[in-house]
Amino acid sequence: MANVPAELKYAKSHEWVRLAGEVATIGITDHAQHELTDVVFVELPEVGRQVKAGESCAVVESVKTASDIYSPVGGEVIETNKAAVDNPALVNTEPYQSGWLFKLRLAAPAELDALLSAEKYQAQISAG
Amino acid sequence: MMRTPLYAAHVRLGGKLIEFGGWEMPVQYTSIMDEHQAVRQAAGLFDISHMGEILASGPAAKTFLNQALTNDVGRLSPGLGQYTLLCNELGGVIDDLYLYCLAEEEYLLIVNASRISTDQARLNSLLAQFTENSGVRLENISTNTGAVAVQGPAVAGFIGDCFPGPARKGAAVKGPVDLKKNQIAEFQCHDVSVWVSRTGYTGEDGFEIVAPARGIEAIWNRLLEAGAPHGLKPAGLGSRDTLRTEVCYPLYGHELDEQTTPIEAGLGFFVSFDKGDFRGGEVLARQKAEGPKRRLVAFKMTEKAAPPRPHYGIWSPGAAGRKIGEVCSGTQSPSLGVGIGMGYVPVEFARTQTIIEIEARGRRAAAIVVPRPIYRKPN
Repeated sequence: MANVPAELKYAKSHEWVRLAGEVATIGITDHAQHELTDVVFVELPEVGRQVKAGESCAVVESVKTASDIYSPVGGEVIETNKAAVDNPALVNTEPYQSGWLFKLRLAAPAELDALLSAEKYQAQISAG
Repeated sequence: MMRTPLYAAHVRLGGKLIEFGGWEMPVQYTSIMDEHQAVRQAAGLFDISHMGEILASGPAAKTFLNQALTNDVGRLSPGLGQYTLLCNELGGVIDDLYLYCLAEEEYLLIVNASRISTDQARLNSLLAQFTENSGVRLENISTNTGAVAVQGPAVAGFIGDCFPGPARKGAAVKGPVDLKKNQIAEFQCHDVSVWVSRTGYTGEDGFEIVAPARGIEAIWNRLLEAGAPHGLKPAGLGSRDTLRTEVCYPLYGHELDEQTTPIEAGLGFFVSFDKGDFRGGEVLARQKAEGPKRRLVAFKMTEKAAPPRPHYGIWSPGAAGRKIGEVCSGTQSPSLGVGIGMGYVPVEFARTQTIIEIEARGRRAAAIVVPRPIYRKPN
């Protein structure tokens, strides 16, 4: 059973958001890393880039495929996770902790309301 | 989508199923990386029942096959196989396959799943033009035939438990472990006759087993049971692809197609020019003499970059670089931990140590042309 922390918000496309003030940290869910398996390469957006909610702005690659990562919310990229670039396996082993991908300064906090709760995301992945 | 006789076994083992050439096949059971390492270090079991089997028999079968295929059938005796190619009149590859001599006047062709009907049509058309055509019988037994590959350094330790000897046909051996590379013999397993060859598509020691479809699940289960204490794991198409890419075995539709010749693909070793005329032979002989304009090369990424994937551009290096080719196969090498691949480039870029660049999502990263195979087993 995939781990879905209750305190996070989720996108249907399997990214999570952790909010601290106006800074949103974004990564991929435990379910997503399990489906991808063996992450071998991570490409992250440039710091300073403005991204829109739903915009493809990172790539996570497994042995088999490259998967686009969509930002669940819009804002300015203020930090990216160099540890995950250096050691992509962190996305598999600690998807909600050291395997985070990038941080945004939120442009429109109201966008968070459009995301799924842990309960709803769990229901989505349980439904297949 | 078509399913192999092992479909239920894959579902039971939790295999993740994908579409491959019209077949519903497991891409992995646990992870591509785990299954790849299992094959390199111990053993892996693959379902290859989707592949095609065609029997060619009769007094003129040898002559017919020698004219249809590139390798020299004359080098085969009962119990021996060879890698060979079926080419069109221009030397383009219709399929790459394994040809086994099972007995005098009896041959087995193992062909790619996606090419079964094309191969059959080609062979039938060549047979219609063949002067001694009453002396050859072709039979496509793909539907009623299953096959598995059991690969890895530990396999020799348990294969004999599954197929007790002595062999009944083919190579005269006491047991499967006595088969040499490319030899094949018939054994008995659970009341069905099975052909066991010492061949594979992984670069490891191993065996391939061809059996009637109704018997293949019992063989699969028997191998899993006997191999488990030796570290055998079921392995999917994902690791089959990474394993074969590391050792630079071509995959039809990637490195090979009807516009590509065996000479360009570096498979000249499997084209015999001293056996007499064969289909595509004239063009291939000329190309070999003149040298092809492009060649298949293997490469390794030399900087941290996205893993190469099929159709990514290959560029000459530097600011004035131009696109010189496309990646045919590419992946992150589980054994080496770097991006690797193969692709066709103009001959001036085909020498080993040549620096090239691979373009992923608009960004180019440096790679170096390396000798084949890319991965060589440590001694």
